[in-house]
Order: sequence, then C-alpha cells, then structure tokens
Amino acid sequence: MAHPSDRVYSKEHEWVMVDGDVATIGISDFAQDQLGEVVYVDLPSEGDSLASGDSFGEIESVKSVSELFAPVSGEIVEVNSALDDAPEIVNSDPHGAGWMIKIRVNDASELDGLLSAEDYDAFITEG
Amino acid sequence: MRYIPVTCEQREAMLRVVGVSSIDELFSVIPESVRFDGALDLPEGLSEIELDSLLRSLAAENEGSSELVSFLGAGCYDHYIPSVVDHVVSKPEFFTAYTPYQPEVSQGTLQAIYEYQSMICALTGMDVSNASMYDGATALVEAALMAARVTKRHTVLCASTVHPEWQNTLSTYADAGVLELAEPPAVTGGLADFADIAARLDAGDVGAVLVQTPNFFGNLEDLAELGRLAHQAGALFVVAANPIMLGIMEPPSAYGADIVVGEGQPLGNAASYGGPGLGFFACAEKYVRQMPGRIVGRTIDVDGAMAFVLTLSTREQHIRREKATSNICSNHALNALTASVYLSAVGQHGLAGIARTCLAKAHYLREALLATGKFMAPWDAHFGYEFTLAYDGDVAQMHSELLDAGFLAGVSVADVEAEWPTGVADSENLVIFAVTEKRTKEELDAFVKEVSSL
Amino acid sequence: MTEKLANTPGAAPLRGPRSLIFEVGSPESRCVEPPAIDVPMLSVDSMLGGRARVASPALPNVTEGEIMRHYSHLASMNFGVDSGMYPLGSCTMKYNPRINEVACRFPGFAGIHPYQPEETVQGALELMSGLADALAEISGLPGVTLQPAAGAHGELTALMVIRAALTARGDARKKVIIPDTAHGTNPASVAMCGYETVTILSDEKGQVDVEALKAALDTDVAAFMLTNPNTVGLFDENIAEITEAVHAVGAYAYCDGANMNAILGKARPGDMGFDAMHINLHKTFSTPHGGGGPGAGPVCVTEELAGFLPGPLPVEFEDGSFGLGWPEHTIGRVRSFYGNFGVLVRAYAYIRALGGEGLTEVAEQAVLSANYLKRRLESTFVVPYGRTCMHEFVMSGGGQKRANGVRTLDMAKRLLDYGFHPPTVYFPLLVEEAMMIEPTETEPLSALDAFAEVMLTIAEEAANNPELVKSAPYTTPVRRLDEAGAARNPDLRWKPVKQ
Repeated sequence: MAHPSDRVYSKEHEWVMVDGDVATIGISDFAQDQLGEVVYVDLPSEGDSLASGDSFGEIESVKSVSELFAPVSGEIVEVNSALDDAPEIVNSDPHGAGWMIKIRVNDASELDGLLSAEDYDAFITEG
Repeated sequence: MRYIPVTCEQREAMLRVVGVSSIDELFSVIPESVRFDGALDLPEGLSEIELDSLLRSLAAENEGSSELVSFLGAGCYDHYIPSVVDHVVSKPEFFTAYTPYQPEVSQGTLQAIYEYQSMICALTGMDVSNASMYDGATALVEAALMAARVTKRHTVLCASTVHPEWQNTLSTYADAGVLELAEPPAVTGGLADFADIAARLDAGDVGAVLVQTPNFFGNLEDLAELGRLAHQAGALFVVAANPIMLGIMEPPSAYGADIVVGEGQPLGNAASYGGPGLGFFACAEKYVRQMPGRIVGRTIDVDGAMAFVLTLSTREQHIRREKATSNICSNHALNALTASVYLSAVGQHGLAGIARTCLAKAHYLREALLATGKFMAPWDAHFGYEFTLAYDGDVAQMHSELLDAGFLAGVSVADVEAEWPTGVADSENLVIFAVTEKRTKEELDAFVKEVSSL
Repeated sequence: MTEKLANTPGAAPLRGPRSLIFEVGSPESRCVEPPAIDVPMLSVDSMLGGRARVASPALPNVTEGEIMRHYSHLASMNFGVDSGMYPLGSCTMKYNPRINEVACRFPGFAGIHPYQPEETVQGALELMSGLADALAEISGLPGVTLQPAAGAHGELTALMVIRAALTARGDARKKVIIPDTAHGTNPASVAMCGYETVTILSDEKGQVDVEALKAALDTDVAAFMLTNPNTVGLFDENIAEITEAVHAVGAYAYCDGANMNAILGKARPGDMGFDAMHINLHKTFSTPHGGGGPGAGPVCVTEELAGFLPGPLPVEFEDGSFGLGWPEHTIGRVRSFYGNFGVLVRAYAYIRALGGEGLTEVAEQAVLSANYLKRRLESTFVVPYGRTCMHEFVMSGGGQKRANGVRTLDMAKRLLDYGFHPPTVYFPLLVEEAMMIEPTETEPLSALDAFAEVMLTIAEEAANNPELVKSAPYTTPVRRLDEAGAARNPDLRWKPVKQ
C-alpha cells in the first residue's frame, strides 16, 4: 500500500497536509481499511485548542471505536461537517473528501517528528 | 442424571476419545489445595413429582392477588394480564434464545424489540428507546448517569417525592463515587416544592432534575414548571412515568423531558414479588449516543429484505469497556416482549380505557373512604389511580384487621420510609392505595364497608 | 445454487413478507378492553387537572388472532436452545427445564406483591432463604444477596460492597486490576464504581501472569477481578498464589462466576481465596435467557464483607418464620424490591431437582463434553491453549483465514445453514479469530458428534470453496445484514404515517 507523498503521517495513522499555517488532518488509507466500514465520526468544535497527542475525537466502525489523536498543536479552524451525514466518505476518499479537521498550527517544528509517506509505508509493513 | 442425556456407556467412550481414564483425571487440572473433595451439603435431588409438590406447598404458603383483594401499588400493580400475553412469551423460540447477537437467526427477538421501542416512544413521546433495563429504579439511575455525561455536571437533583426505594438506589450508586446528590428538596402538598427546587438549582452546578409522575404518593407533578426550572439551570429534565397513565396523560415530551424512564411492570408483567420487572428508557434523539443498553435498528439484508439488528453497539461494554455508557449486558428482554404483547392486546383505545377505568375507580374509592371519617386527606393534589390518605388510628392495626377480612389495604408510607425518608411531615399515618381496573365496584364497596366498621 | 444449501433440521423458518405489528389489523380491531365503568366519574381532564392526552399514543389495533399469528411468525424466525445446539462460550446455553417455568407461574409466586405483610409471603421468603443458603454452600462464601438483576449488576454490587468495606476501614483506594481476558462488563462495572481499570496481560499459557499481577498490586488497588475458570476455558493453576498476593496488599479478590458451571461441587471460589463473586442464575442454574434477559446475578461474599451487602435480605427467625432484614453496614439498595424473584424460583427448583450430587454431575458432564469436542476439532483448528479445558475451550480460525481468506465470522455464519447456533466469536481478544465453544452438559452425544462433523465439513468447504463460506448463510430467514447502514442511518422505531 503506497500512501501519497504530498503529506506526512503519524504513527497513530493520521495524515497531515500543510498549507501555509493551516494543517488539514485525516486518517490514512491503511487506517480506514483496518477499521472497516466507518459508521460515525465524532469531531470537536471549531475554536477548540489542541495540544499534540490530545485526543480530538473518535471514529467508529460497526464493532470498534478508535480515538483520533492530534499530530500537531493548534486551534481548530474548520471541521468537516460532511462526515456527520456521510461518514462513509472516510472509507471511499480518506486522503481527500474524508479529511476531518483543519488546525492553525502553533509550532511548525512539530511536523518534523512525523513520518514521510515512504517511512509510513515501511512502518505499517513492519506491523 | 437429570437433564443430562449422555449415557454411562457413552461417557466411557467419550473419556477414551479424550484420552483420560476417568472424570477425576479431567478435574486434576484443579490444584489439589483448592479442590472440593467433599459432597455439597444440599438436600438430595427430587423427582419431578416430588419437586412439583414441594414448590406447590411453598406457593400455597403465600396469599396473593387470587386470595386477597389488593390495593397495593407503590411501584408494582395488580393489573389484568390478557391471556394471550403468556401464550406468546411462553413460545420457546423467544424465551430459550440468547441475546440476538446472530441477527440471521434472531429476527423474532429483534423485530419484537424494535416494535417494543416503537411503543415506548409512542407512549412517552420521545424519539428513541432502548431495548430495556432491569427496573424503574435502575433506569432512573442510568438516566442520572447519562445526564451527568451529557451536561458534564455530576450533581443531580432528585425530587423527594420519587419512590423512596428508587432514591435509595440512586444514593447507593452515588456513594460509589460517580454522582453527587443535591440536598433533597422539600415536599409541599404531596408535590415537589418549586421554590426549594429553584433555590437548589441556583446554588449548584446541577446536571439533572429527576421527578416522578404520578409520584410515590400518587400525585401528579407539575411537569411544565419543573421542566422550565431544569432547563433554565442548564440541567436535563428526567421524568419517571407510569406507562398505564401515559394512555391518558400528556406524554412527558410535551413538557420538554429529555429522558423518560419508568417501571414497565404494569404492562402485562406479573407482580412476582417485585421482580423481574421492566425498566423502560427513552430519550431525545440528539442524546442517543449517550444512551445505555442495547438498541435494535431496522436495516436490510444482502437480498434487500427488511431485517433488524442490534445497532449503535459501540456505546456498550463489550466494545467500549471502561468507557461504555453503562455496564449493562443482560437486560429484561422477555419483560419487554411481554409489554409489547400487552400493548398490542389492549391497543391504542384499550390502554386509554384501562387508564380511565383505574382513574375513575380510584377517585370513587378515595371519596368513599373519606366519607367513612376514618381517613383524612393530607393534601388536595390531582392524582392518577393511586392516592394517599391519613388514617385516624394505628395503621398496623388497621392493616391487620382488614387483612383478616381479605383485603390488602394499601401501602404504609412509614414502612417504606423506614429505609429512605421522603421529607413529608407527619407521615406515620399515611397510607397509599392503588386501584386498578381489576377492582370491581362490589369489591370497593365491600372494602369501604369494612373500613367503616373499624 | 442448490448445492450451496445445507439441510436445516427441524421446521424451515418462514420466509417471505413480514409486517410490523403496527401494519397489522385495522383501526376498528380490538382484542382486550376493560369492562364498562360502573362508578360515577368526572371528566378525565378535570381529574387530571388539565393534563389529559391530546393525541392518543400510536399503538397497534389488532385482534387476538392477529397477535398470535404475528408473534408466531416472529418466533419461527428465532433460534433458541429448544431449536438446536447453542454452543455459545461463556453463556452456558443449557436446557431450560419446564417444571421451573410452571412453578414460577403458580399464583402463589406470580401473584404476590412486594409490600404484602411478611406473614402472607412465608413461602416466598423461605424459598429465597433456601436459595441463598444453597448458593453459599456451592460458592463457599457465606454472605449472599439475591438482589442483583444480572451478572453485570452483580459485579457492580460486589465492587460497591468492597468499596464500602475499604471506606469503613479508612482505606479508600483507586484501582481495580483485571486481566486482558476479562468480559467487557468487568471494566465497565469498575468505571461505574468510580475506580480506574488496570489491565494486565495473560501469560503464554492463557492464565494470569502472576509476576505481572504482583508488579501491578499496591495499596491503591481495591480489588482484582478474575473469571475462574477463565475465558479461554482453563482453571488457573496458580489461583491460591494469586488470591494470596491480592490479600497481601489489603485488596479483595473478586470472582466473575460466569463459568461456574464447570466447577459445581468440584471447587468453590471461597476455598480458592476469593472474597466475593457473582453467580449467573441464567447460566449455571438453568433459568432461560429470554432473548437477552431477565437473568439474576446473586452475589456471595465472605463473612467480613457480608455486613455491607445491599438489602433487604431474607432472614430466618428463631421461631422458624421468615422475614426481610438489612445487613448492619449495608450499602443500601441496588434496585427496587428484593430481586428477580421469578428467576429465583426457577433456580431454586433446579437446585432442588438436582441436589448436590446432581449438580456435581452437571460439572462433570459439562467438562467431559467440552474436552470431547476439543479433541475432535483440535487437529483441524488451532487450539492455542491445549491442556485439559474446563466446560469450554477456545480455538482459532486463524489457519483458515491465512490459508483461504475465510474468517471465523464466515464459518460462524455457515454453521447457521447446518442448523447450529455459532459459538462465541472474536472473544477473548487475545486469541486471533477466536471461537469459544461451550457445549454444556445437556447436549446428547449425537449432537456433539454432529456439531464436530459440521465444523470439519465447514473447514473443508473453506479450503475447497471459500466463496461458499464467505457468503453464508443461505437458508436463514434473512441473510447477512447491512449493519453499517443500520449504524449510519439509525431507524430505531416505527413512525406513524402523518395524516
């Protein structure tokens, strides 16, 4: 499984794509495949502040729940409300329309700790 | 070898396949130090005839609603149970099934629960119902816990007019450290005191206001005012209701209730010395993901056929474990089925008819008892089919004399209060009478006559 | 397609169109109505002080015949213990004796009210007292409450009792330890009791890792909860050392009694050093599961903890009469009234039918039947913890998954086509593609053999025709469901059509 190289990844299987000081965050194709059919995504509110490593929500399949962890710190500037009615987008387009939140990044250096697509692919292959 | 179909010969053959020489060898995996080598000190096994006779004699030592004319209520009621109810719930495919985790072979249970949920929603006016809880008391506790999760406030305010046993249960759960109970508010005229409730709401960070209507004394609370107070304080409004009364009373949803719970025993379930009853639990749709217990949903199968399945299970203990909305696993599914069959049998019009009959007879009996001069009205609140009067004399003596005459003459408030005070002044002479549709005018008149001669 | 269909024994369930009860009957249909009101009355709205319902609730309007047809149709789509073998691990789906069903309906039991004077319910109190005594003897723990309505309710009750005992000795604690094999109700009960859960991993034999337990134990630990025999079907051989270690830090040892069926008359949790346990009457003591309940989860405790039990409890007075009383330091109530009495009657009847010897035979046959099935299946399926099991064992469908892409779920669904209820699947979590099989003592050898043959057949099907297994079942009233759709767009009740 090759993940797109236009972004970076966390070991908790989130991806981060940065545009200026705003980071868009979602879960990787590998993560959505492991979860199976996503039935519900619980996301925070705009304006909330997150520290790197904080749980910012939950994602549910029929028989599992996983927490979502913020890979970087910052203030939430946008939440993907389309997932309320159509959580299945996380399965069908995890790296595009299935994005979850946008954060105004406090400290861009936090991104340095994340994995490149190549490293992430290697990480998940090691299991 | 009762209920064990394996013969001695087969046992030997099975031991050979397993590769052990004896049953004892199988149990040698239990360390000797903790093995029980004695014989259990229990009475010897009985044949079915002996057992039947033993159980009949124990049952015969009890005098129930078939021997005595009962005016007992206070959470458990002597309503008529239509014949069809037990015939349905005695179908082995229903009562010998497990929880419907394999939906392909559990459509009967699943559809029945979906229909039950629909009926509870119809009665309470709420959007969603769960598949049942143990009883009214634990349903109320779960509602308090859920309200605390929703509001993120851990203090709950319970009206002192809620059934004392339910308040006691709430307090036990609170003592375990997950809830705080606000100081019990005053009771005025047999009802929750608005001013006192408002004062307590002003003082604290209250997550839920819990009330019961008809309340423990049978009186109808003013839900409109209580709901307004709760919402003004940012608390959820939790209402415990009597399901028979919901046939003729405006549903709690009309007064803004966020969660509605109650004891479903009146819906076709036998009194059975108080259990198993049925906790019903319904709430507004926006809170469904905080709801405790199982929920059944309608969907389709791969062929597009209508099908039912346990859903939103990620709330539950087997998936979310310590973060689950409750620890409940086994519920009271068969009692919920009983309630569904009951509600189908009495139907839309019959339920209202039964409630009207109860209401009329209760009002008739209250007037007649007051006219004897032996009882006084402690208040003039509106009530349902249960009411409280003050006896002019010794309640225990009265109960005993009337029992001799074949009557279970109501519930003594003081007896129930012995475990949990309601905060009602001069409660030692109060007696709660419940009058169901089973009581005939002849029985009521005979009872009044007996009271007159006390 | 016909080769895909196996023969389901017994009557074929009805397929075809189904209606909701709300869609049956007509607005004029009636079943049961109360007799005409023969007392004078005011208007309902005035009696209710202006609270009369405006729109009547949308309940069904049906005749009695329509009710029986409807529910008979629903029943035909259900599988119960009476339909066939139900080897659901940890659930003890044994036969439900009919004398129990008859007895709990005797008017002297079903028709009594909880607030009747004690002198009018002596038989009920005597029965409850006798049941409590029997459970004390069976568990080896003398204090018993019959109040809890279910196993999870019992767990929570016992934790509350433990919490109260600790508080009473001025020793508030924070944590409860559970093994990774614990039922989900254990951590959920821990949370409801205001404690934090600490999970320890099992050792390579599927038992408690005693060293890991000892490392986790400290004076902040209130209790250690253990299912023994455990959820992989093994009796923990270090049990005495485990309870001793728990006591050494002043904590209590709690036994989840879900698997009590294996050890009736063979070992007693009290003798193992447990301080408290719950017993599922709807598992071990044959009361029916009712499609999810009601059950009953009595709690048995040591003398030391008995004073904290919830009340009221049945008590026997010196004159031989019975009443209700409260333990001295009771935690209070955990529910209304005195317990699920109707369930208690059934369990009492079962214990009296079998006696001590009969109960011991139950454990013996349950353990023999499980070991027999394990032996018949272990060459085809991987049994990760291979030593002699108790009343159940766990095997893995991991081999089939890797070889053919057929998962345990698929094999479970395929079993339905052959007329068997599947085992518990995907639990415990530490076994890959787990199948937890508990035949119980009430299955005849012919059923055990038929089940083993079918499992072997399914394994062959998985190897030779994996697609067949992956799309099973074929013969059930409905086939695989759109569960994701159910969760994404919840349809949780019937709604009347707006007029």
